[in-house]
Amino acid sequence: MHDLSRRNLLSLAAVAPGRPRSVEQTQALARKRVQEMHLPNVPLVSHEGKVVQFYDDLLKDKVVSLNFFYAKCDEVCPLVSANLAKVQKLLGDQVGKQFFMYSITLKPEEDNVDVVRNYRESWHAGPGWTFFTGKTADIEKIRKGIGFTYPEPAVDKDKTQHIGNVRYGNEALMLWAACPGMAHAPWIVESFNWMMHPETNRVQKS
Amino acid sequence: MYFNVFGEKVSRKRYKEMVNAAKNRRELIAAGLTSRRDLMKMGLLTAGGMLIAKSGLSSRAYGQSSGSNQNCLPGNQAASPATRAFVDPLPVMPVTAQTPLRSLVNGQGVATAPTICPNTAGGEVRAACHQGPELNINMFPFPPPRVYQMHQRAVTLRQSPDLPPQTVWGFNDGTHGTLTPGPTYHANYGIPQMTRNINSLPSITQNGGFGMPSVTTHLHNAHNPSESDGNPCDFYGIGHFADQYYPNVLAGFTTTNPPNGDINEALSTLWYHDHRVDFTSQNTYKGLVGFYCLFNQFDTGDESTGFHLPSFPQFDIPLVFADKVYDDTGTLAFDLFTLDGILGDKFLVNGKIQPFFNVEPRRYRFRLLDTGPSRFYSYFLTELNNLNATNQFWVIANDGNLLPNPVEVTTVRIGPAERVDIIIDFSQFAGKTIYLENRLLQFNGQGPAPPNNFPVANANQNPQVECNDGNGNILSDIKPAGTGDLLLKFVVSSKAVNDGSVDPRTNPTFYQLPSTNAEPRIVRTFKFDRLNGQWSINGQFMDCNQFRFEVQQNSVEEWLLTNLSGDWTHPIHIHLEEHQILSRNRMPPPLAVERSRKDVTQLHQNERVQLFFRFRDWVGKYPIHCHNVVHEDHAMMALWHVVAGGGDNINVP
Repeated sequence: MHDLSRRNLLSLAAVAPGRPRSVEQTQALARKRVQEMHLPNVPLVSHEGKVVQFYDDLLKDKVVSLNFFYAKCDEVCPLVSANLAKVQKLLGDQVGKQFFMYSITLKPEEDNVDVVRNYRESWHAGPGWTFFTGKTADIEKIRKGIGFTYPEPAVDKDKTQHIGNVRYGNEALMLWAACPGMAHAPWIVESFNWMMHPETNRVQKS
Repeated sequence: MYFNVFGEKVSRKRYKEMVNAAKNRRELIAAGLTSRRDLMKMGLLTAGGMLIAKSGLSSRAYGQSSGSNQNCLPGNQAASPATRAFVDPLPVMPVTAQTPLRSLVNGQGVATAPTICPNTAGGEVRAACHQGPELNINMFPFPPPRVYQMHQRAVTLRQSPDLPPQTVWGFNDGTHGTLTPGPTYHANYGIPQMTRNINSLPSITQNGGFGMPSVTTHLHNAHNPSESDGNPCDFYGIGHFADQYYPNVLAGFTTTNPPNGDINEALSTLWYHDHRVDFTSQNTYKGLVGFYCLFNQFDTGDESTGFHLPSFPQFDIPLVFADKVYDDTGTLAFDLFTLDGILGDKFLVNGKIQPFFNVEPRRYRFRLLDTGPSRFYSYFLTELNNLNATNQFWVIANDGNLLPNPVEVTTVRIGPAERVDIIIDFSQFAGKTIYLENRLLQFNGQGPAPPNNFPVANANQNPQVECNDGNGNILSDIKPAGTGDLLLKFVVSSKAVNDGSVDPRTNPTFYQLPSTNAEPRIVRTFKFDRLNGQWSINGQFMDCNQFRFEVQQNSVEEWLLTNLSGDWTHPIHIHLEEHQILSRNRMPPPLAVERSRKDVTQLHQNERVQLFFRFRDWVGKYPIHCHNVVHEDHAMMALWHVVAGGGDNINVP
């Protein structure tokens, strides 16, 4: 059940079978695969009404965080959103320059641009933290692509149980991780910083 | 006889169904049907890739001889390319070579002598000075008698003759090249040692798609001081190093059993692996694992002395089990985005897919280690031309701890990070071939399929997985003989040989279990749960800056672990000390092999486990965490510390 785009991928690499690829070729191929399998280039609409492509405009060559919400979610979303507001404060003016925060609604049929903009304002989000709506099918592709699913289909369909984690990463380096959206804000900030500085050394004093 | 996880038999009807299905599958295999295309041509596969539910065929029959188990893949995972089985010989990792002191270098290759306190200026990243030498310089000299230097490096090698070379990560001791699994430490109680681990990995821009070149090497199971433990929250980038001092001392040497510790706390089979917080799964999958065998006057490594266990290294063989995924170009692949765990469909032993091993018709000791990432194994000995035979072997150690006596079994189960030492007597198979087979059914990273006589909350809810019986029923968790994963082929020579090792049938005694009568200073409860996909311990999440509780140095504690997270089995690991399982759901552990000291305990669905601990000798920070490495990377971990004269009263940390 290999989808055709993978065969196209191989022809892109333009390498004869058996000949070893260069490191750069390997890296480029791996990055393309990650994009194909996990980061669909679908359209989203920002809280300012701007239409963007998920991969090309939001992720490519950027260091980002991604999470889901919906306006009427009254359990985990408020906690995560409030926490991310703290994270943004601690990150300071890196957000929007070196680091980009994205939140996407799971109920685009309810959360249109106005709703999304109001929701964002209620958390006092600063520039560099963008909220999105879009088409249901496109958002589902993103959700599945970044792994925010459950193995049990019934649970996976239930929006009240949606994944409260934050996916974060450095797209060009294929450096991806996830943390609970409710983890302590300073720890989330440290984790985000590794995406910008993977060479970080650390010791924890007891 | 077929067993579920609690050793109970399945029904006779079930047994007959399984035997018939197995017979049909053997015919398929004998007909040489190994590829999806073949099966489709025969009208046995739908276009969607599901095996048509013919009577007597389960949807799990797939070409065993194709060298891969493509049964039961998670729904959206494509099968790895076909590989032949039993073509590569089993690699046996060499014993780690020592390094002369004058050859110790830092991350830039500059000669750098070891220091008791961290040499930060020289590029060392370590949290504290070495406790051993500071406590007792006679017992723990500095530098210690054995010194090792391991460069963690990339290496290109083959894992199968049918796949292209892979660039993976391993350990280079300066003598044997860069190996994965790394070389096996031969360690002795009473002889302290140190390892300088140097991060010489390539830049992340050359990682091939996964692997974070930021490391900390944990010696799993060791009774180690915190600064040498390889804590997830202490890590270093390329060009840096950490000196780790391994005292090789028995627990209790300063407290319950001075001066040398409690012999009944002796450890035998340990392993080392990367433990960098949030990236452990990638880094161990990429190859940063190895064994550490710890010997003493009883477990000597020489079958003519002590407990007379098979001699190391010729008849005492460490085995690293790892299941992996390869993409359609045959390149090792890792899903960076899963929150649920990873199941591979290629089974490696000591770095090669389905190898073979020539053995003599005598007893061998095998040290089985499941490095995951998420798979559980139920090991059986299978004769492919005599599938009904039940072949016994002996379990002698659990998590590297020799049991009071050997336990004779037909099967033993381990999960990620667990170890089990077994003795197989090949004399009964002289001139024959026998297989080590994993017969455990597992659909996804959550854990093994629940046994069929336990209520299954979510039966029929995984239609995307090719693993039900065609009617959506989840089958018994143990597959019939010959239909599982054939991991390792033993080719037994026919010429009789001398065997100087102990015969487990004589019921030798190894160590006694330390008593668990002592009154705990405190009882703590740990609830493992999942809230909107966020793994938590008592509702809180991992934070390297937060210590959840403080243990009093040299005290006894009782820990209750409860699993409310639904369908998941969590292998829970605690650093520093072994524990004993007092109860599972308020009953003593039903399996004899679990009446043991352990450091990884399976916490099954809806289960409450009671653990007994003594925390002795060393102070500092340590974690508790789930060792399904994908969960560990998504915060199923908590940091605690041991403090001299300290100790809090936080019952629910």
